[in-house]
Amino acid sequence: MAKSVLFGATSAIGIEVAKLMAGQGDELFLVARDPQKLQAVERDLRARGAQVKGSRAIDLRQTEHHLTLFREIQSALGGIDHALIAYGTLSNQKACEQDFTLAAHEIQTNFVSCVSLLTNLANQMEQKRHGVIAVISSVAGDRGRQSNYIYGASKGALSIFLQGLRNRLFQAGVSVLTIKPGFVDTPMTSHLKKNFLFAQPETVALGIVRGMERKKDVIYVPGFWWWVMFIIRSVPEALFKRLKL
Amino acid sequence: MDQKTEIESWGRVLKVPHEVAELHWMPQRLPPREHAHSYLPFGEGRSYGDSCLNDSGLLLKSRKMNRFIAFDTVTGILRCEAGIRLDEILNITISQGWFLPVVPGTQYVTLGGAIANDIHGKNHHVAGTLGCFVKQICVLRSDGLQYLCSPTENRDLFGATIGGLGLTGLILWAEIQMKPVQSSFIDQETIRYSSLDEFFKISKASESTHEYTVAWVDALASGHHLGRGHFIRGNHSQKSGQTKTKGLKVSVPVELPTWVLNQATVHCFNSIYFHRQVKKQQAKHIDYRPFFFPLDSIKNWNRLYGSRGFYQYQVVVPFENDQEPIREILKEVAKSKKASFLAVLKTFGNVPSPGWLSFPRPGVTLALDFPNQGASTLRLFKTLDAIVRRARGALYPAKDATMTAEDFEIYYPRWREFQAWIDPQFSSNFWRRVRPGAEKHG
Repeated sequence: MAKSVLFGATSAIGIEVAKLMAGQGDELFLVARDPQKLQAVERDLRARGAQVKGSRAIDLRQTEHHLTLFREIQSALGGIDHALIAYGTLSNQKACEQDFTLAAHEIQTNFVSCVSLLTNLANQMEQKRHGVIAVISSVAGDRGRQSNYIYGASKGALSIFLQGLRNRLFQAGVSVLTIKPGFVDTPMTSHLKKNFLFAQPETVALGIVRGMERKKDVIYVPGFWWWVMFIIRSVPEALFKRLKL
Repeated sequence: MDQKTEIESWGRVLKVPHEVAELHWMPQRLPPREHAHSYLPFGEGRSYGDSCLNDSGLLLKSRKMNRFIAFDTVTGILRCEAGIRLDEILNITISQGWFLPVVPGTQYVTLGGAIANDIHGKNHHVAGTLGCFVKQICVLRSDGLQYLCSPTENRDLFGATIGGLGLTGLILWAEIQMKPVQSSFIDQETIRYSSLDEFFKISKASESTHEYTVAWVDALASGHHLGRGHFIRGNHSQKSGQTKTKGLKVSVPVELPTWVLNQATVHCFNSIYFHRQVKKQQAKHIDYRPFFFPLDSIKNWNRLYGSRGFYQYQVVVPFENDQEPIREILKEVAKSKKASFLAVLKTFGNVPSPGWLSFPRPGVTLALDFPNQGASTLRLFKTLDAIVRRARGALYPAKDATMTAEDFEIYYPRWREFQAWIDPQFSSNFWRRVRPGAEKHG
C-alpha cells in the first residue's frame, strides 16, 4: 500500500491514474488548481472506495507555496512513496510568438514549476533512499517544430532535467520515470479533430502505472510513439527545417 | 465547433451531421450554440432510431461527465453524474452488495440515457421501470438554471424528463435507489417451450417465483411452432461463485456484407439455437453479466447487418382477446421471413412509472430486429402498425425510426402536457418526425 501524491489530479490522465492507484489500495493526496473540479474528483474517488488522505486546491505556478504544500502532504500522508506530476497547458504557439509574457507563463507552468516540485521530491526521497517519481512530459519535447515549439521546449527541458535527476537519484534507489504521451483525448486537446492517433486517457494511465511498477526510465504511451519519434528524430536538420510541421 | 461530425445511431440506418460539444465537467451553463439550431444530449448513442440524433444541431456529449458524487453503502442511495455508464456503476457497487434496480439488455448505456428513455428490464413485472427508482435529478436548461426535480419537487419537469428523450434539458446528475444483493450471481433456469400458449403459461407461473423473466423467440417459426423459443428466468443468488473477470470478448471489426444475414443463415442459426438445449429445462448458477447482457460480449454487433443497418421494432400490446394481437404480429413477421435472430418476448407488469412518455404498460412486449431492406421492410412495419393500433398497443421511441405522428399521439396521450416542458432550445430528429409542426429553431 503506497502513499501516493498526484499533482494535476483533475487532468484526464491524472484522474485515471488516481482510479488505478485507488484500486491498488494506495493512500492518496490530490493536488489541483480548480477547487470545484478537485472536489468532483475527490468525491468520485471516495465513492469508489479510495483512501483519499487529503487534497489541496492550489495554482502550482506559484512556486513560493510549494514548501507549505509539502508540509501539508507530509502531515496527511506521513511520507511519499509515489509521486506523479500530471499537469500542464498546451500553449497557443502563435500567441506565444507575439508575446514573450505568454511564452514565459507557459514555460513557468510546464517546466519551472515542475523543477520546484521535483527539487523538493528528490531531496526528500534521496534522504529516505526510496520512492518513484513519474512525470508527464511529451513527444513534443523530442524535437522542436514550428507549430508547437514553446510547449515543445518546456517539455524538452523537462525531459532533460529528468534525465539528470534520474542519473543523480539512481545511487539512492529512487526511480524517475519520464512519460511521453502522444495525442490523448482530453480537455487539453478538445479543439483538435480526433483521428486514429488519439489514445484514451485510460490507456495512457495504465501505461503509466505499469511503468512506475516496473521502475522504467522513459516510456512512450501508447508504445508506437517510440517508432514515430524515432523517425522524426532521425530526419536531418537541413531537411527538417524545410518541413511544415 | 464549426466542424460537423457525422453521427449514427445504433441501428446505423441514419447518419447525420452534427456539431459536437464534449462535456468534461458538469457545466454551469450550456455551451454556446452559434450556428446550430438546437441542442440534444447524447450519451453512448445506443438508441436504435433517431431519438438520439438532431440533424445539424449541437450534440451535448455527456460521456466524460462520468463521476460518482456520493454512494451511501448503508442505504444504497447512489448519486452520479449523468454520463456514467451502467457497467461503471456495477463494477463498483456490486462488490459492496448493491445492484441497479433495473437494467436493460446492455450495460453500455449512460445513466442519463437510461433515465431519458425510462428503460425497463427483465424484472418489469415486479419492479417497473428505472424511473420508479429515481429519487432526484438535476436538469440544466437553456435559461441557464439548474432544476432539482423529484417526485415531490418540480414534479412536472420530473415527469416530463423521465422518458423525456433528452428534450427537456440536460440531466447533470441523478440519484437512484440501488437494490441489495447477496452475490453477483444469478440462479438461472432455461425452459425450451414450443408455442405461444406455452410461453404465456410459463410466464404467468414464473411471475411470482422469479424476479427476472424473458424469452428468446424464433421469429421465423410458424404454424404450431409459432412463438417457440427459450424462456429464461432467474433470481439473484444467495451464494457467490467464481467470477470470470474476462469472459470471451469478440468484436465485429468491420460491417459485414449485407447478404451474410439472409433468410437461410438466420433460419439455420435459429434452429440450431432452439435445439441447442436438449433438455426441456436446465438450471445454471451464472455471473450477472451473461445473464443480463449476453450481447455485450460481441463488440459492435450492430455491424452484423452490413452497411444499410437495421431497424428494431419493439411493441407492447395489452393482455386481452386471448393474446390474439401478439399472435397476429408473429404470424405476419414469420410470413414476411424478414426477421433476424434477435427477438425477445416479455410480459410487463402494472407498476406505473412517473414518466409521462414512458413506454412500458401492462401487457406483453415483443422486440424484433430487421435488416434494412428498404421499402419492403417499411411495408411490413405498416402492416404491423395497423395491428398495434387496433390492439391499443404502443411502440418504443428508443428503438423507433418509423412511427407516424398520428400513431405517436395515440400511443402517448400525455404528449401535449409533455410538449409544454420541452426546453425551447432542444430538439431531435425523432421529435420533428412525430411532431411535424415542431420548429427546428428554438
